[in-house]
Amino acid sequence: MTTNANRNEGDVVVIGGGVVGAAVALGLARSGARVIVLDEGDVAFRASRGNFALVWVQSKGLGMPEYALWTRRSAEDWHGLAVILRDEAGIDVVHSQPGGFVPCLSEAELDKRVTAMRRLHNLPGLADFPYEVLGRAETKRRLPDIGKDVVGALYSPLDGHVNSLKLFRALREASARHDVDYRPNHAAEAIEPRDGGFRIRGPWGEIAAAKVVLAAGLGNARLAPMVGLDAPVKPSKGQIIVTEKTTPFLHHPMGTIRQTDEGGVMIGDSQEDRGFDTIVGQPVISVMAERAVRTFPRLAALNVVRTWSALRVMSPDGFPIYDQSQSHPGAFVVTCHSGVTLAANHVLTLAPAILAGELPEMAASFSARRFHVPVHA
Amino acid sequence: MFRSMRDAKAGARLSFTFDGRPLTGREGDTVTASLLANGVTACRETPVSGVPRAPYCLMGVCFDCLIVIDGIGNRQGCLVPLREGMRIETQHGRRQPEEMRG
Amino acid sequence: MKAVTAIDQLAESYDLVVVGAGPAGLSAAARAAELGVGVLLVDENPAPGGQIYRAVTTTPVSDRDVLGADYWRGAEIVARFERSQASYAGSCTLWSIGPDAAVPEGGGFEIGLSLDGRARLIGARQLILATGAQERPFPIPGWTLPGVMTAGAAQIALKSAAIVPAGRTVIAGCGPLLYLLAGQLAAAGAEIVAVLDTTPRSNWLKAAAALPDFLRSPYLAKGLKLMAKARRSLRFVGGVTGLAAEGADKLATVQVERGGSVETIACDTLLLHQGVIPSVNLSNAAGCTHDFDTVQHCWVPRLDDWLSSSEPGIAIAGDGAGIGGAESAALRGEVAALGAAHRLGRLDASERDRAAAPLRAELARALRGRRFLDLLYKPAPQFLAPRRDETIICRCEEVTAGQVRDTAVRLGVTGPNQMKAFLRCGMGPCQGRLCGPTVVELIAEANGTTPAEVGYYRLRPPVKPITLAELAALPQSEAAVKAVVR
Ligand SMILES: Cc1cc2nc3c(=O)[nH]c(=O)nc-3n(C[C@H](O)[C@H](O)[C@H](O)COP(=O)(O)OP(=O)(O)OC[C@H]3O[C@@H](n4cnc5c(N)ncnc54)[C@H](O)[C@@H]3O)c2cc1C
Ligand SMILES: Cc1cc2nc3c(=O)[nH]c(=O)nc-3n(C[C@H](O)[C@H](O)[C@H](O)COP(=O)(O)OP(=O)(O)OC[C@H]3O[C@@H](n4cnc5c(N)ncnc54)[C@H](O)[C@@H]3O)c2cc1C
Ligand code: FES
Repeated sequence: MTTNANRNEGDVVVIGGGVVGAAVALGLARSGARVIVLDEGDVAFRASRGNFALVWVQSKGLGMPEYALWTRRSAEDWHGLAVILRDEAGIDVVHSQPGGFVPCLSEAELDKRVTAMRRLHNLPGLADFPYEVLGRAETKRRLPDIGKDVVGALYSPLDGHVNSLKLFRALREASARHDVDYRPNHAAEAIEPRDGGFRIRGPWGEIAAAKVVLAAGLGNARLAPMVGLDAPVKPSKGQIIVTEKTTPFLHHPMGTIRQTDEGGVMIGDSQEDRGFDTIVGQPVISVMAERAVRTFPRLAALNVVRTWSALRVMSPDGFPIYDQSQSHPGAFVVTCHSGVTLAANHVLTLAPAILAGELPEMAASFSARRFHVPVHA
Repeated sequence: MFRSMRDAKAGARLSFTFDGRPLTGREGDTVTASLLANGVTACRETPVSGVPRAPYCLMGVCFDCLIVIDGIGNRQGCLVPLREGMRIETQHGRRQPEEMRG
Repeated sequence: MKAVTAIDQLAESYDLVVVGAGPAGLSAAARAAELGVGVLLVDENPAPGGQIYRAVTTTPVSDRDVLGADYWRGAEIVARFERSQASYAGSCTLWSIGPDAAVPEGGGFEIGLSLDGRARLIGARQLILATGAQERPFPIPGWTLPGVMTAGAAQIALKSAAIVPAGRTVIAGCGPLLYLLAGQLAAAGAEIVAVLDTTPRSNWLKAAAALPDFLRSPYLAKGLKLMAKARRSLRFVGGVTGLAAEGADKLATVQVERGGSVETIACDTLLLHQGVIPSVNLSNAAGCTHDFDTVQHCWVPRLDDWLSSSEPGIAIAGDGAGIGGAESAALRGEVAALGAAHRLGRLDASERDRAAAPLRAELARALRGRRFLDLLYKPAPQFLAPRRDETIICRCEEVTAGQVRDTAVRLGVTGPNQMKAFLRCGMGPCQGRLCGPTVVELIAEANGTTPAEVGYYRLRPPVKPITLAELAALPQSEAAVKAVVR
C-alpha cells in the first residue's frame, strides 16, 4: 500500500501520454525512475492515434543535417526497440525496414524530389546516406503493380514502417509493467518550480516531482513558458484514407501509400495549415484517392472504410525541440513531428539522458534557442 | 436456413450460381435473401480469424453478409438486388486481388 | 414523385435533402414538397418504407394478417409521397455531409451520394436526417455463429422476401417489438420452439411510476394484444438471466440461464432482439451534438422544438431522433419539414406554428406511455456489458469483452476512441455500429463511470462504404492538390 504522499510524488512527471510521452516514460522507467504520466482523456488532440506509421529517413534533414543523423540513428535502433517491446510488453509492433519508395506521377515531380535529395546529400556528413533514383522500368521491375502514370521513384533502403497503434499500445503496456503511473483525465494546468523541483496542478489536485518532462504535443506551447522553456509548436493538419483489408501486395512502405499488417491500405497524408480544424476535407481526400489509384490501379475497386484527419505537432522549422530549462534545470521539453520514427531515440537515448540530467550532445542542435538567433541582414 | 412461406406471391425466377452451384431466386429479392432461401448458411470467412459468418442484420448495418458478386469482393449482399446470371461466391477472408480489378 | 435512377440525373443542388425513406423521411419529404420546397429523398434500399414499412409496395407476402394492419398503413404514407413533386433516389446512399464551399456566407451543405457504384457531390440548403434506428447490439457468447441473427433480420426477410426460418427457431431478448416479431413469424409458419424473455424482473418496479400514462396510451391495447397472442400460442420463458449460443461451425444449441438453473435448447436459428436505438453514425459524423439518454439508455442527438440539431441546417426526425415508434416518426418528419420550410422562407413563423400545433398534439399522444416501455424493457446489465470475457463484442475485428475490460483498467483507457486505437474495436467495415454501445458500457463499468462520461466514437465520412475509385473521380481543387503534392 503506497501512502498518499508517495502517490503524489515521483522522480519524474511526464506531461502528455502520446507516443512521445509514452516513449520517454518507458525510457525513464527502464532506467529506474519512478514516473508519473499526466494525460488528457479520450477526446484530445493526439497525433499518436492518427499517423501514417513510417519509420522514414529519406528526405529528412534538409536545412539541418543533425536531424538527418538523428533520424538515421533512430531508424538503426528501431529493431532493438521492437525487441524490447516484444519482450517487455508482449506485443509485436510489426517493425520492418524493407526500404521505402516515393513513386512520382510526373517528370516535374520526380525532378523536384531528386533535386531536394541532391541538396540534402551535399550537406556535410550526409554523403553516405544510400538512396537510388529509379526510372520507370526499374520502378516497374521492383513494384510490378504500378500504373502507367508512374514515371519513376526514389528509393532508400533505410526506410521502414511499423504498426503505429501497436507501438502506442506497446509503449503504454511496457510502461505499465515497469510501474509507470499513468493518469488519464489529468490535464496539467499549471507547473510551478519550487524547492529545486516542480509542482504540477490541475482540477484533479497537485503532484510534485524532482523533474518534469513536457511531452504534451501541441499543449507544449502553453506549458513551456511556465518553466522557462519555449516550444512554439503549431498544428499542421494531415488527412488519411484507409481501405478495407486486402491480401498482402505491397511489401514496401511508400511516402504516401502503405499496407498494414492487418491488410488495410493507408493512403496519406496531406499537409494543411488550418489551425485546430480537424474536419475531413473532401477535395483533399479526392486528390489523395486519385493519386493512389494512378500509382496502383488495383486499389481502385477497394472500399474505403475510414478517413480521418489529425494534427501534426510542427515547430517553426519542422525539426524537433529538445531542451532543458536554463532558469529551472530539471524541466525538459520533448516534442517533434515524427514521433514514430524517433521513438527508438526517445526510449533508448533521450530518456536516460534526461534522468542523468543532461541532454545528449547529439541533441544539442534541437534547442529552441535556434529560433531566437538574430537574423543577419 | 430459411424457406418460403405458404401463399407467397411467386414472382419471376432468376438463375444464379453460388460457388459454382446453379441455383434460382425470386426476382425482387436481395442476394442475401436468395442465398438464405436456398439454404445457404455461411457466406464468408472473416479476415481476422477465418471463422465462418452468416448475414446477421439484413439491413446494411453489420457487414456480415459480405460476399463476392460477379468477381467483386466484399459487397453487402443484403443491399444488392439479385440479377439474372449473377456469379456469387463465398468471401474468403480478406479481399483478393482478382476481386479488386472490378 | 420524380424517380432518380442514375447518379447524373440528380440536380446540382436541392433546397432540402431528406435521408431515409421510412415513415419519418417519407412524411418529411411529402410535407415539404407540398409546401413547394424542392426536395430530394434518398434511401439506400431499393424500395421505400424504411424498417417498419419495409417493402410495403413490393412485398410477396399475400396474407395481410401475417404482417398486420400497422404494416399496411405504410402504403398510404408511400402513396402520399408518390403524389408529391419530390424527387426520389432509391438504392442511393449518402456517405458524407460537409460544408458547401460554394456558399461563401456558409450555411449550405455539400453531400456525397453514391448510386450504382458512382459517387457525386451535390448541394443541399437544408438537411433532414431520417435514418431511423438499428437493433441494439446483443453480445452473447456465440452470437457470431451462423444461425444466429437479429429478430429484425428475420422480419426483414419475411417482409421483403416472404421467407421464414426453417427448422427449430428460438427468439430471445426483450422489448415491445420482440412479441410483435414472434407473432408475425409464427403467423408466417415458422416453428418457434421458445420465446426467451430477458426483461429483468426488477424493471417492473422501476417502470411502475410511469404506468398511469401507459394505461392511457395507444401502446396499451396493441401491446396487450400482441403479448396475449404470443403467449397463447408459443412457449414463453421469462426471467432469463444468461444466454449463450453454441455450435461448431454453426448454431446447434442455446444455453439458457434462469437464476441458478441452466437449460439447453437444440435449435437451428436463434433470433436476438433487445430493443432499438437511434442510428447515430451519420449525425455523429456530421458533427451534431449527442447526449446519453438514461431512460432509453442510448445516445440521442440534441434537438430543439423543430428537431434542429446543434448543426444549423441539419434536422433529425424519426427514430434517429430518439425512439418513438412509427407513428411518432411520421409526425416528427412533418414537424421537421415545417421547420425546414420556414428556414427556406416558404412559410412564415405563424403559419409554421399553426401547422405544427395539431402535429404536436398528436405527437404527445403517440409518445404517451413510451417512458413506461423504455423503463420496463431496459436490458439487464449483463446483456449490455457481457460478463464472460471470451464474448466477442466487435464482430468485425473480433475483439472480446475481456480485452476491453483489461485494457480499460490496466492501460487507463477512459473512452472508446483510445480503446479503438489500442484494440481496433470499431475500425472494421461496420464502423462501430455493432460494438460502440457495448464498448462504452464495458469501459464505464470497468472504470466506475457512466456512459455519458465515457462518450462515444468520433465518426468520420464515409459513413457508408464507397470505393477508392469513386472518391478519386470527385472534383479536386488547386489548394487540395497543393496540400497533397508537396
Ligand atoms: C497525419 C499524420 C501523419 C503522420 N505520419 C507520421 C509518420 O509516418 N511517421 C512518424 O514518425 N510520425 C508521423 N506523424 C507524427 C507523429 O504522429 C507525431 O510525431 C507524434 O504522434 C507526436 O506525439 P506526441 O506524443 O508529441 O503528441 P500527441 O500524440 O499529440 O500527444 C500529446 C499528448 O499530450 C496530451 N496533453 C496535451 N496537453 C496536455 C496537458 N496540459 N496536460 C496533460 N496532457 C496533455 C494530449 O492529450 C496527448 O495525449 C504523423 C502525424 C500526423 C498528424
Ligand atoms: C430491424 C427493425 C425492424 C423494425 N420493425 C418494426 C415494426 O415492425 N413495427 C414498428 O412499429 N417498428 C419497427 N421498428 C422500429 C422502427 O425504428 C420504427 O417503427 C420506424 O421504422 C422508424 O421510422 P424512421 O422513418 O425513423 O426510420 P426507418 O424506418 O428505419 O427508415 C430509415 C431509412 O433510412 C435509410 N438510411 C439509413 N442510412 C442511410 C444512408 N446513409 N443513406 C441512405 N439511406 C439511409 C434506411 O435504409 C432506412 O430505409 C423496427 C426497427 C428496426 C431496426
Ligand atoms: S446482413 Fe448486416 S449488413 Fe447485410
